[in-house]
Amino acid sequence: MPGQPAPAPLSRAAGNAAKTVLQPDDVARVLDRIAHQILEKTRGGSDLVLLGIPTRGEPLARRLADRIATFGGVRVAVGTLDITLYRDDLRSHAVRPLGRTVEPSGGVDGKLVILVDDVLFSGRTVRAALDALTDLGRPRAVQLAVLIDRGHRELPIRADYVGKNLPTSATEQVHVSVAEIDGADGVSIAEEPASASASEEPTA
Amino acid sequence: MTRHLLSAADLSAAAIGQILDSAEQMDAIQNREVKKLPALRGRTVVNLFFEDSTRTRSSFEIAGKWLSADVINVSAKGSSVSKGESLRDTALTVAAMGVDALVVRHASSGAVQRIAGWVDCHVINAGDGTHEHPTQALLDAFTLRRRLGDLAGRHVVIVGDLTHSRVARSNVLLLRTLGAQVTLVAPVTLMPAGVASWDCVTSWDLDATLAGKVAGDVDAVMMLRVQRERMAGGYFATEREYAAAYGLNPDRLELLPEHAPVLHPGPMNRGLEISSMAADSPRSMVLDQVRAGVAVRMAVLYHVLAGADERVALAAGVAE
Repeated sequence: MPGQPAPAPLSRAAGNAAKTVLQPDDVARVLDRIAHQILEKTRGGSDLVLLGIPTRGEPLARRLADRIATFGGVRVAVGTLDITLYRDDLRSHAVRPLGRTVEPSGGVDGKLVILVDDVLFSGRTVRAALDALTDLGRPRAVQLAVLIDRGHRELPIRADYVGKNLPTSATEQVHVSVAEIDGADGVSIAEEPASASASEEPTA
Repeated sequence: MTRHLLSAADLSAAAIGQILDSAEQMDAIQNREVKKLPALRGRTVVNLFFEDSTRTRSSFEIAGKWLSADVINVSAKGSSVSKGESLRDTALTVAAMGVDALVVRHASSGAVQRIAGWVDCHVINAGDGTHEHPTQALLDAFTLRRRLGDLAGRHVVIVGDLTHSRVARSNVLLLRTLGAQVTLVAPVTLMPAGVASWDCVTSWDLDATLAGKVAGDVDAVMMLRVQRERMAGGYFATEREYAAAYGLNPDRLELLPEHAPVLHPGPMNRGLEISSMAADSPRSMVLDQVRAGVAVRMAVLYHVLAGADERVALAAGVAE
């Protein structure tokens, strides 16, 4: 993980009376359901490609692909799509380190691409991802899967698969942890932190 | 990140790591059908070259264009400079057109630093006299890192015309920051003045150095171009003599350990400082260096230009 700030979800959330929304078991069940929904909606997922948006969309996409293989018996291609260079707020922040873009084997042309991210918030990350995707190729269709939809959209974007709708106030912070990066799965919500991680607030 | 990139000495190990990591991602664009990233859309970069250059200028031009910046080449040769305009006036005139960054190459050491002190925009040093060429050192480090992994503790030998080389100085500074060991090899006449104060080992004996007898086993060798146009000063007797003592011929290639790559910043004088056998061998990284040049310069432009800058916001307000 070059350039990624070392995540410390527990200490990050602890100071602000974080409320746990999803336990590890809940995350597993939610991912099971999304995998089933994807198989149902795509009728078996034959031309499916999952693209995770770094950082936490990346392991989520891989896990969905594993579940789709288990439940549906199809091995779908997985890739990652870094959107840093496509953000609309590059010039209002310090320079951000770049994430990894890994094109799925077989590319995206003519495929049904499902973008996978942890939290859907303003919709700006997804807008950037759509632009980034255009530069990779021309998918047949694009859908969106998120673990958490916390509302407060600033663009006309909605998700096709939602793990959990989480009503929040705009000042609250939603923290998603995944085992691959943070050591354990979980989703928590906290009031705006005093200062700590202000520089890496998600604009999902 | 820094406002300018003037010297390899300005970069910390962490900053170098960030630029090289970004370059790694930028390099992936070469495999794409659409070679365009939007990060510098609306930014204007001027390549202000007071000295001839093909590869550095075109490499910066491609890097800027792939990041969607508008890139303009100003060759100061045969323009206002030949009409007697001062360096300061030329720089201020170009900068006054609302550019965001100047990429400057100049034949005089220190000229780029002077320009950075006069203008409001970002300035990137694309080579000044015999002083520095930081993006070349970055792309060399990028190429070496890809081949050897972490450069800390590695031993890099730089051979050739060190007196006239800006590449050597920048490389010594950058490689030392990354924790690598550097040995400079050249005839006495081509050792730069003051080399004793540089943080590296020096030697006149190429064979002994490559055999590991001077400063330990060698992990990479970098051959520098003999600048024929600057060789009027009698630095060595004949080209044949130089090639015999300091050229990377097939015998010397044999002395290198299996894993050690050969670098050359180009353009190469085949048969003089490097034999065709060495230049075309699988160890040769010459074309990798050229390719890395684009990715590294994209990363440099991104790190210098992409972040927040209150003066830019102000300028945009005025323009509207």
